[in-house]
Amino acid sequence: MELHTQIDSAHRPTREASASGAFRSRGSSRGLFPRILTFSILFCLWLVLSGQYDSFHITLGVISCAIVVIFSGDLLFPGAQIGGLIRLGFRLTAYVPWLLYQILLANFHILYVVLHPKMMDLIDPSIIRFQSMLKDELPLVIFANSITLTPGTITVYVSVDGEFQVHSIDKASGEPLPGEMEARIVKAFKED
Amino acid sequence: MLDIVVIFLLVSGLVFFTGGAVGILRLPDFYTRLHPAGKMDTLGSLLMVLAVALFNLHDFTWMQLITSLKIVLVVLFIFVLSPTATHAIVDAGVRAGLKPWTKKKE
Amino acid sequence: MSDVFLYTGLYLCLLMVASLYRAVFGPTVLDRLIGVNAIGSKTVILLLLIGLIYERVDMFVDIALAYALLNFIAVLAASRYFQKKKGLYEEPP
Repeated sequence: MELHTQIDSAHRPTREASASGAFRSRGSSRGLFPRILTFSILFCLWLVLSGQYDSFHITLGVISCAIVVIFSGDLLFPGAQIGGLIRLGFRLTAYVPWLLYQILLANFHILYVVLHPKMMDLIDPSIIRFQSMLKDELPLVIFANSITLTPGTITVYVSVDGEFQVHSIDKASGEPLPGEMEARIVKAFKED
Repeated sequence: MLDIVVIFLLVSGLVFFTGGAVGILRLPDFYTRLHPAGKMDTLGSLLMVLAVALFNLHDFTWMQLITSLKIVLVVLFIFVLSPTATHAIVDAGVRAGLKPWTKKKE
Repeated sequence: MSDVFLYTGLYLCLLMVASLYRAVFGPTVLDRLIGVNAIGSKTVILLLLIGLIYERVDMFVDIALAYALLNFIAVLAASRYFQKKKGLYEEPP
């Protein structure tokens, strides 16, 4: 019951935040660079998925990518700048191997818990709450998905100003949150 | 050599899938069942799909490379979509008012 | 090498039967949804293995990709639909 009121009250700031974000991107440089980036990503996807490289199919790809970019060009990168986006991409690439290592550790832990004969003694589910210092939407989404993928924890609820509710399968795996993972994401998204 | 790597990846992926299936069967309630379902299927898919992509490259042509790229694209989709689906299911459970199972303190 | 893929696929089918137990006898609707989601994520791998067995990976990878997206959309739509229904989830005492 109290979760519902929380969720309803949390919806209003989201809409205002996204509206102001759209306004900002329209104000600066007409959003030309995000459209070019979206077009090139879509076109690479087309080339990989189609697998036929005669002029007819490539023309079809250019036309459909152009239509998508015209209608929803600034959906993917609202209000982005060139230098910041490239640096952000490099830092996120550096974040991925660490995340894969953590996922591997998490899976061995869950495998041990699940295949243990006295499983009921090992697990002790609980819901923990904490306040994150991340503010923007994309870092929050990446953080929530990373929590879901790593040791024994699942994100139950995130509010727009970074309040997390996390379901953890035993006491030990819920302890180190937010911890190192949040520090790495904050480092990846800093100064841009 | 390539065959050994492929078989190793396939078997380890199968181990994780087995853990996921056993976990779905054994764990006591809905929230805890999501843990093996959300994590182990993701890592098992990653390992097995990588095995398929590697084996697909054993005689190297341009078309095989494109096909392997598509297979890697499947992994990319799974890595974004699987946590999102898990979160959607858990959100539905919370809104319906399911109580999490906790250990009885007696 | 084709035998390896064949037996791997058979073992995956066995695991799908195990997940099917949760999808059929799960106490709540969302438990069944977990079972269906697990079966779907195994089906993607099974499609790729079938492609390797018949040596038509270039065709089956498209089917696998479409199935992964379709599975995700199905789970999302089902969970969005069932969260409106209150009182469906009372576990049997």
